[in-house]
This record gives sequence, structure tokens and C-alpha cells, in this order.
Amino acid sequence: MAVTEAVAAEAAGLSSHPPGGTYAGGVRSWITTVDHKRIGMMYAISAFFFFLVGGLEALLIRVQLGSPENTLIDPDLYNQLFTMHGTTMVFLAIMPLSAAFFNFIVPLQIGARDVAFPRLNAFSFWVFFLGALFINASFLFGGAPDAGWFGYANLTSTQYSPGVRIDFWVIGLLILGVSSIAAALNFIVTIINLRCSGMTLMRMPLFTWMTLVTSFLLVMAFPAITVGLVLLMFDRMFGTLFFVPAAGGDVLLWQHLFWIFGHPEVYILLLPALGMVSEIIPVFSRKPLFGYPFVVYSGILIAFLGFGVWAHHMFSVGLGPIANTVFSAATMLIAIPTGVKIFNWIATLWGGSLRLRTPLLFCLGFIAMFIIGGLSGVMHSSAPTDLQQTDTYFVVAHIHYVLFGGVVFALFAGLYYWIPKITGRMMSEGLGKLHFWLMLVAFNLTFFPQHLLGLHGMPRRTFTYEADLGFEAMNLMSTAGSLLLGASTLIFIWNLLRTLRKGAKAGANPWDGSTLEWSISSPPPHYNFRVDPAVHSRDPLWAEDTSDALPIPEPEVGEPHMPGPSWYPFVTACGIVTLAAGGIAASLPVVFAGVGVILFGVYGWAFQPLEHRSK
Amino acid sequence: MSQTEAIATQMHSATGLPSRKILMWAFIGSECMLFGSLIITYMVYRGRSIVGPYPEDLLNIPFISVTTFVLLMSSLMMVLALGAVQRGDMKRGKMWLLATALLGSVFLAGQVYEFTHFVHEGLTLRTNLFGGSFFLLTGTHGAHVTVGVIWLLSLFFMATRGRLTRANAETVEIAGLYWHFVDVVWIVLFTLIYLLV
Repeated sequence: MAVTEAVAAEAAGLSSHPPGGTYAGGVRSWITTVDHKRIGMMYAISAFFFFLVGGLEALLIRVQLGSPENTLIDPDLYNQLFTMHGTTMVFLAIMPLSAAFFNFIVPLQIGARDVAFPRLNAFSFWVFFLGALFINASFLFGGAPDAGWFGYANLTSTQYSPGVRIDFWVIGLLILGVSSIAAALNFIVTIINLRCSGMTLMRMPLFTWMTLVTSFLLVMAFPAITVGLVLLMFDRMFGTLFFVPAAGGDVLLWQHLFWIFGHPEVYILLLPALGMVSEIIPVFSRKPLFGYPFVVYSGILIAFLGFGVWAHHMFSVGLGPIANTVFSAATMLIAIPTGVKIFNWIATLWGGSLRLRTPLLFCLGFIAMFIIGGLSGVMHSSAPTDLQQTDTYFVVAHIHYVLFGGVVFALFAGLYYWIPKITGRMMSEGLGKLHFWLMLVAFNLTFFPQHLLGLHGMPRRTFTYEADLGFEAMNLMSTAGSLLLGASTLIFIWNLLRTLRKGAKAGANPWDGSTLEWSISSPPPHYNFRVDPAVHSRDPLWAEDTSDALPIPEPEVGEPHMPGPSWYPFVTACGIVTLAAGGIAASLPVVFAGVGVILFGVYGWAFQPLEHRSK
Repeated sequence: MSQTEAIATQMHSATGLPSRKILMWAFIGSECMLFGSLIITYMVYRGRSIVGPYPEDLLNIPFISVTTFVLLMSSLMMVLALGAVQRGDMKRGKMWLLATALLGSVFLAGQVYEFTHFVHEGLTLRTNLFGGSFFLLTGTHGAHVTVGVIWLLSLFFMATRGRLTRANAETVEIAGLYWHFVDVVWIVLFTLIYLLV
């Protein structure tokens, strides 16, 4: 079996890190790696793959809606597509793409050699990856989940959703929750405890700050949906009555538990993007971030308020005037810290010597689109207005302006900004700018008409519409825009492949960035920093004090000892997915096999020393 | 889980605290939200079962008071175990670790007896909302106690093989954090489920 192979390899004295800071190759070295940069790359590749899958699902939806009374996609498949589009984009594309940046960038920004718990980090990735495959495997077993990404009870009960579709969704999300909580705990400890000398909290780069805030949101928000999912799983598998109204069960309990998670989840998606923008704008304006403490505290305040607004997703259930008023007011409050951030970015740009390179363009696009999405968000915060908009395309337009126009634009800014560090090669500016402008136009063409469609009453999650309702022209525009969005993504892929093949060498600091990740070579050596760095300011690479002058001279010390590879995180993750498969198949032997593998993995892990390579 | 993770990357601690201890505290924060959500579920469904048996028909407060006392005493044993290991007195350390695990097991045995008794009296997961929410909430707590007992027994066997020494006192301390947390949760559950019936 594979594990004994690894042990044998170690006994033979094989090291995963040959001298010179390079890596061993081969599939095995990737499966057993505990290196934060490799794990970050695996997150990025799998997240981008699922971004394409979710995008394809969206394109099918748009093609179906391109003309009235279209019969290309039947209602059953349509339900699966919008459910999986939402689930995939939120849990399998945007969150892991943020996690890719957490992994690759945060340890570099705080001057650390790795995260605090490298094997736990590998475990998080493998649980995410296998869990993502698990949810999508439902397409092969009688159809994908089809009750919406919010899975409202009691549409998800066995009575209304027989079969295993919802079981895949419930168990898949439980698996992904394990991954998210493990990763978030790891990053909380890493950022609190592994900062290099001189890096006080108020000297941390904004992206690291927002990673910390997001990690706290993750560990506090995921348990709520975990409990909701467990209640639903018990209802479906063991016949409990939690969401059975005839037995006194309350279907609103699901909505509360889901949105106590679901609204913080919005900020889990958004805050890393805000952090990236706060990194990139100063570098391309040649100015330190304006009002750094305000930007930090606004991020914390957004996260804090984010826990107190969940019921604004539930205005239409009739919680009563007092609850609606309180949640309306709390929701409006969030506009304040968000506005503070936007003003700080504009003030950073103001009077800066701007370099309009692709990363900055995406940031500017982000600010503009995010303001539009924010404004429609403030419209929703008013309960009476929201009642008109609930379940219409207006909400679809809003969510895409914040999550696509906001978060995805910022993630692309981050990709263009950090890919030179990750690959050591520059991306093409020409293709990058083409990508940006096409995406900006296509995005607005796709989603702006949806505001108007929504105000005219077009409902969400309905597989078609009648011809005489006046929806045709705007739906056709939206569909054309979505195809252009797909084309703009192809330009990015082409740019990326071209970069990997023949991109110009990036050098350590191609953008003249100010944070520690730019002080080491691109791509970084596996140990990151040969000696622990020390910082004396927020922008150490811009500091006039020459004691911060980097790159650090090569000292006499040898290579730092790095943690050795391990099979156990992967094995434990496989055990979890086996257990889940046993749950779907209702097969007790498979469940026990899964538990056995988990126990084997955990004990092997606990008793395997971290530096177990023979020297 | 692992005793070597944090020293692994050989990096200093910016706060002066061991990384593993911060990890356990953050995990406990997350667990608070988990138990909080389960407790809310139980409280929301209190008194909403439309068929019996109802809590007042079944809950045996004197019996659970005894097992609660046993669980709280196990926390005392845990404190003694940590103290002994920190002093390097592994003989007593082993004894107290085993005692903690044993008292935890007695609590679990009490829970198994209670569950079996309730099923005999006609209360299952499917009977009513009380059955579902009671078994899920106390069962989740019982699962946490079970993990704790396995963890403590693992530490005990490590100690008997000489693999747990004064140098690993932090490992025992972290297991202790978990154990005390699980006990504190039970105090809340005991109050809300049994005393406020």
C-alpha cells in the first residue's frame, strides 16, 4: 500500500526537497506535500477548474433563457443547474480561490517559512478537493442537488426531494465545512503566532489582516450551517421531525441557521477580495494605503455587523415589524464601513502616480462594480422595497454585482498581481488589458439588464418565461453578455498558458511592491526566507531605513529544516469521504471502513514526527 | 492530535504562546457556536412536541445529577494529572490520566443506560421533537466525551511506554483544555435540559 512505500522511501533517505531550494517532482510529491505554496497552487488549480464548471452551468442557464419558452433544458435539469451553479461558485470556486491566496501569500507576507500546522493545511486541501468531487459525483448517480444553494426546508425533505440528490448536497457541504474550519483555525494561529520580528498587528499587510478576519468568520459561521445540515440529514436518514410541520417542526429554523451562516459567508467571500484590492492599489499608485487603521477597523466592523443581519434574507417570511426594522437598520449600518473602505481606496489613488497595469485596472473595475452592487444592496436593506424584489432577477443582478463585479474582479486583480511571484514569469499586459475590457463590458451586458428584468417582475429559478411579457430583448442581451464573459475567461486561460511557456522573467519585485513576499525570489524557494526577516514599518520594502533593504544577503547558514512530506493528511481525507460515501449508500460496512481509515490516518499523523526525513 | 506540529517549522512564537494552545482555544470558540446552535434548536422545540413521551415523563434528575457529579470530578482528576506531569511525576500522572478516562467512561455508561431506558419507554429519534432534539444534543456531547476518553487513554498508553514525559506537559494541558470545555458544556446542558424541565 502507498503508505508503506512512503515509509520505505524515507528509510532509503530520499528527501522531498533536494538541495538548492527546488522541489522533488512526481505525483507522489504533490499528494504528500505539506508546503504552503504547493498547497496554494493545488487550491488555485482546482478552484479555477470548478470556476469553469460553475461558469459552464451558468452558460447553460443563460442559453436556456436566451429565448422565451425555450425547450433546450427541461425544468428538472434547470433546477440542478442553478443549484449547482450557486453551490459550485460559492464553495468550490471563490472560497478555495481565496484559500489559494491565503496559502501562497500570507506566510510570505508575515515573513514565515510555512503555516503553523503544515499537515493540517494539506488535510484541509484534500478534504476540500475530495469533497468537491463528491458533490459533483451526484451528476453520475441520478442527478445533482436541485433545491437551490440555500436548500430551504421542507423542499429538501424526503417527501419533496426523494432520492439521493439532496443527500449528496447535505453530506458534501458537511465535508467542505470540515475543510474550511480546519483551514481557518490554521490561519488564525499562523497569523497570530508566526509573524516575523517587528511585524506588529498594525504593520500587517491588509490582505493578511482580511485573511485573519475571514478566518474568524469561518470558524464562527460554519458551525451554524453544520447544525442545520445535521438536522436535515437526521430528518432524511433517521426520520427525525425537525423540519416536519405536521409534527410541530419549524421550517424557519432552517432559514435562521442557514443565514446565520449565510450572511457571514457573504463577507467570507468578500473580505479577502477587499484585502487584495487594498494591497494592489497602493503599489500601483506609489503611495502607502490612505488611512490604514480605518481600512483595518472597517474590515473588522463589517465582519462583526455581518453576524447581526442574517434576517434581511428573510423579510418575506413575516418576522414582524420590530425584527424587520432592527435587521433593516443593522443592514444599512454595513454601508458605513464599506463606504469608508471605498473612500480610502479613492484617497489612495488621488494624487498617486498611477501605473494603469492590468492588476490596477481590475481594481478600478472592482470599485465601480462593487459600488453598483453595494447600492442595490442598500435598496434591499429596506424591508418594504425588498418585498418587491424578493425572488426576482433584481436580486440575481445584485448578487452578481457584488460577487462577480466585486469579488471575481478583485480575484483576477490578485491573480495578475501575484502570478509573477508564483510562477516567476510576467503575464502579457496586452492580453490582460483585453481580458479586463472584454470582461467589464460583458459583465455589465450580462447583469445590468437583470436589474430591469427583476423590477419588471421576472422571477428567479424559473426555467422559462412566456413570449409576450416583454422580457425577450433584455434576456437576449444578458445571454449574449454571458457568452462574451466566457470568451474573456478563455483569454485569461490563453494568457496564463502563454505566461507559463514563454512569459518574461519576473525577478523578485516586478511591481515595486512594498510587502515581504516581494523580497524573495520568484518563485520563492521552498523555505521562503533563509533567515527570519525583520520589519520596522508597514511597507518594509519602501522604507528609507536601509536596515529594511532587501533582498536579504545570503548568510552563511545552511538551508532551514522544513517539515517532511506526509501521507496521513491525504489518507485521513480519504477516510472522511469514504465515510460520506457510506452514508449515501446507507452501507454500514463502508461507514465502518471510513471510520477505520480516519482512525488509522489520525493516529499515524499524531505519531509521525514532523521532520522525519533522514538527513 | 500531534505533539510535534508547532515546533515543526522551527519558527518563533510572536505571542509567546504555543501555537497548539492557540489552536485549541480557537477550536473551542468554534465548538461554542456548534453547541450554541444545537442548544438553540433544543430550546426552540421545547414544549412543541405534539405527542408524548414528554421531558417531564422521562427525565430522571437524581440519576443524571450523579453522572454529572462524576463528570465534574473527572475535571478534578484532569487537573491533578496535568499537575503531576508538569512536576515530572509520571507515576501519578498516569494514574490520574486513567482516572479521568474512567470517570468519563462512567458518565458515558450512564448516558447509554439513560438512552436505552428512554427507548424502552417509547422515546426514539422519530417519536417527537423532544426525542430528536434531546438525542441529537446530548448525543453530540456524548460523542465529544467519547473522543476525549480515547484521547486520554492514548495519552495514558503513551505514558506507559515512556513516550509521554514532563517535556510533553503541553500535550496533556491541551487535552485538558478540551476535557474541561466538554465538562463546561455539560453544565449548560444539565441546567437547560434537566433543571429547567
